[in-house]
Amino acid sequence: MAESYPEDLSYHPEHDWARIDGDVATFGVTWYAQDALGEVVFYDPPEVGATVTKDQTYAEVESVKAVSDVFAPLSGEIVEVNGALADSPEKVNQDPYGEGWMVKVRLSDPGEVGTLLDVGAYRDLLT
Amino acid sequence: MTGSLPATLSSTAETLRRTALYDRHAARGARLVPFAGWEMPVQYEGVIAEHKAVRERAGVFDVSHMGQVETTGPDAEAFLQRLLSNDISKLAEGAAQYSVLCRGDGGVLDDLFTYRLPGDGPRFLTVTNASNHERDYAWLAEHADRFDVTVTDVADRYAMLAVQGPGARQTVAELADGELPARMRTATRTVAGAEALVCGTGYTGEDGLEILVAPEHAGALWDALLAEGVAPIGLAARDTLRLEACFHLYGDDLSLDRNPIEAGLGWACKLETGFVGADALRGFEPKDKLVPFAFTGPGIPRQGNPVQTEHGEGVVTSGTMSPCLEVGIGMAYVPVAAAELGTPIQVDVRGKLRDAEVRAKPLYKNPS
Repeated sequence: MAESYPEDLSYHPEHDWARIDGDVATFGVTWYAQDALGEVVFYDPPEVGATVTKDQTYAEVESVKAVSDVFAPLSGEIVEVNGALADSPEKVNQDPYGEGWMVKVRLSDPGEVGTLLDVGAYRDLLT
Repeated sequence: MTGSLPATLSSTAETLRRTALYDRHAARGARLVPFAGWEMPVQYEGVIAEHKAVRERAGVFDVSHMGQVETTGPDAEAFLQRLLSNDISKLAEGAAQYSVLCRGDGGVLDDLFTYRLPGDGPRFLTVTNASNHERDYAWLAEHADRFDVTVTDVADRYAMLAVQGPGARQTVAELADGELPARMRTATRTVAGAEALVCGTGYTGEDGLEILVAPEHAGALWDALLAEGVAPIGLAARDTLRLEACFHLYGDDLSLDRNPIEAGLGWACKLETGFVGADALRGFEPKDKLVPFAFTGPGIPRQGNPVQTEHGEGVVTSGTMSPCLEVGIGMAYVPVAAAELGTPIQVDVRGKLRDAEVRAKPLYKNPS
């Protein structure tokens, strides 16, 4: 897919996004991240129930060449993982904001949302 | 997201060398990265697509970063017999031979192909790894004193293109003026209008050719190959292809800390020739052996991952996801008792123990 950064997402400087829906947020990696990484060939999802902490890693994605940590943009408890990525990790490249989502998290501190970047600020970071 | 990205994305202060094809790589949108002091294309379309293009059709690699050393003079054969591990007296004119360059203690300085070129007197061309070229040349020059030879660094005289895959030979034949050399042979031909040293060698496990031309002719040859439908391939796919074929990579699987017997290269070491390092290898009983392995479950092995076996510990030297087998594969030094085919081993991938087994070479062979 072509480079894009949806307006309705919140961004973390480590190239992760969050889609906020009440007290639950969906996390994934940005177009920039998947492009830099190359074709994703392995994703080992974390466990449902695990705690994630803002700015800390919660998973790894692997390309043929490299392993990269995925950072949590916000803190909370994992309530769902994208199991489809185990068989089809390439969805992270093909649809990073849709089918390539990684985890859903029940937020422990919704106030953290204010620390994330809007699309304009994130785009500025990339230039 | 972090990981090994910064190394490839960051600009480097050092001055990187560029091959004669740099502008073509850049114009084609290749991702260019520092490699052994050179700015090289690591990928074009994508590593998996490039890997499969070589396995199914034909691909071309710019390997102009590799070095060349020419050895001439009356003692050229005796000199190379003393420095290279293989038996150079068995290397016929127009043929290629693989060998290792050892230190006196048997540690591996480099692994190399040497070609005996036709001519009035003895003339050999040895191809070095880019990262080792200067050290190799210095080592050879330092040992040349007691021989009537001329050892010349000729790396700047050549650009080198590797054309590999089941369709490679036929494509090059359409651009060449005569019959192409067979596997492990070499011949001078005119290819795409330029004089070329064509060699029946490669680093992918596929049939193919390596073509050395003067740098000013590399662009026309590259363009002609691409016009014939050959896919440009980056260094990332070169690595996955060579690992499926179980070819060693210096710096990963070979180093000064390991000798060629441990590395499974005893077949290229003819101790009776008395090469530098042979004394250290005579009677050497390895504790560890380099073996290929494949994962039997999920995960991807990476260089440096610890290995656990029933017979002791080992270490992964090369690892990747195999695009053809679609499992994690690699090579590891393991205790000799664990080197038997089919031995179950476990690889500690950042704290997770992944199941694997020792496999035969090559890990993947094209069925066609």
